[in-house]
Amino acid sequence: MALNPDSLWAFSPMHRLQWEEAQQKDVILYPEGMVELNQSSAEILKLCDGSRNLDKIVTDLEEKFQAHGLKHDISQFLEVALNNGWITEH
Amino acid sequence: MAGSPNTNPHKPRWLLAELTYACPLQCPYCSNPVDYSNYPTELSTEDWKRVLTEARKMGAVQLGLSGGEPLTRTDLAEIVRHASGLGYYSNLITSGYGLTEARIVELKEAGLDHIQVSIQASTQELNDHIAGTKSYSHKQDVARLVKKHGYPMVLCVVIHRKNIHQMADILKMASELGADYLELANTQYYGWAHKNRDLLLPSREQFETAEKIAQDYKETVKGKMKIYYVVPDYYEDRPKACMNGWGTTFLTVAPDGVALPCHSARELPGLDCPNVTDFSIDAIWNDSKAFNFFRGDDWMKEPCRSCSEKAQDFGGCRCQAYLLTGDMYNTDPVCSKSPNKHLVQAAIDQAMASAEQTIEVPLVFRNSKNSKNISN
Repeated sequence: MALNPDSLWAFSPMHRLQWEEAQQKDVILYPEGMVELNQSSAEILKLCDGSRNLDKIVTDLEEKFQAHGLKHDISQFLEVALNNGWITEH
Repeated sequence: MAGSPNTNPHKPRWLLAELTYACPLQCPYCSNPVDYSNYPTELSTEDWKRVLTEARKMGAVQLGLSGGEPLTRTDLAEIVRHASGLGYYSNLITSGYGLTEARIVELKEAGLDHIQVSIQASTQELNDHIAGTKSYSHKQDVARLVKKHGYPMVLCVVIHRKNIHQMADILKMASELGADYLELANTQYYGWAHKNRDLLLPSREQFETAEKIAQDYKETVKGKMKIYYVVPDYYEDRPKACMNGWGTTFLTVAPDGVALPCHSARELPGLDCPNVTDFSIDAIWNDSKAFNFFRGDDWMKEPCRSCSEKAQDFGGCRCQAYLLTGDMYNTDPVCSKSPNKHLVQAAIDQAMASAEQTIEVPLVFRNSKNSKNISN
């Protein structure tokens, strides 16, 4: 399933994204569950605030990390996030 | 006994706060100890707040507010508010009995993250029989109100021989109520469930039929409702990775303040489980005899000790080993490598023989009268 390039992505209201001091990482919290995130996944999810589409997320992250060619990885992760219900179309 | 406190790499992630043993329901598979009437004292609000603060500092992030029925605590919203301020993700695990819309709103404002409502069956008659209380239609109302107020709604149905034939209807009911998650928890045979096992354990055929219905339904509701299927371990070849390993992740605090490495550990002999009114959570987690008892794998006997899978299932469940074999150091007898596997088969055979009886023995309902009788 390819992502709709025009969709604006928002973090799911049924989940919570939170920095955990004890673990030194961001986690997703939901009913009786927790997913530990690596830094890049967390950075992508933090940009899912309902105002950005895929290209905008890619541009912002490439700028932030002074990197190129991130689109494939970001797109793949967003699909995983969508399938897990972590993000929704705004 | 492994894991010296100084080298313990594990920190608590889950805190299960059993706020009370009081409950208006009488479910015959309740996981509370059968002798719960021996522990009538309850921690104060201030004690609970301190427990929450100390466990959070160590890294606990998921908080289960359970019981008994946690709604019987009048300070529930205050405890929730404290948890929310600390950054916990708080889960209220309730029968729904006594939950009004005003209280749902109050708890939401206090910062409660999610409500899990248990329903005993897909029909009023069976639900009310199993619960020992008229509660079916109220539970359905509660489930709708939970959704209305924006909580993720988890419906929990404990599965056993009395309701397993309703699997298709249970799935339909959960879907119609708009559950975000459906937990189909096959009964685990501890506490009251162990007492009533002959009447609750379904046959392998019943399990397999019901599981297939549930697995097929997963596809139907994909993207709308997540289904968690808690496996019936009597019919498995390998034991569950109980508690994700002893003293690695879970911390349970019982109503009277006794800290337990798992909520059934009260049944095990000689653990000297510490009380939170005597020790800090840090001392309990790192230094207590109970939390170090089955940490690591030095305690293991054969066939676990030399088993290539010991890091995956940690030898299974200590409480199950104790209940079925009388020795809590034994391999969980569910495992096909266990020399005691025949005890599980014997338990199944006994339950199936009981199912054939024309005059059925009554269930022992979970209430104070029965608890006192059992304890004496």
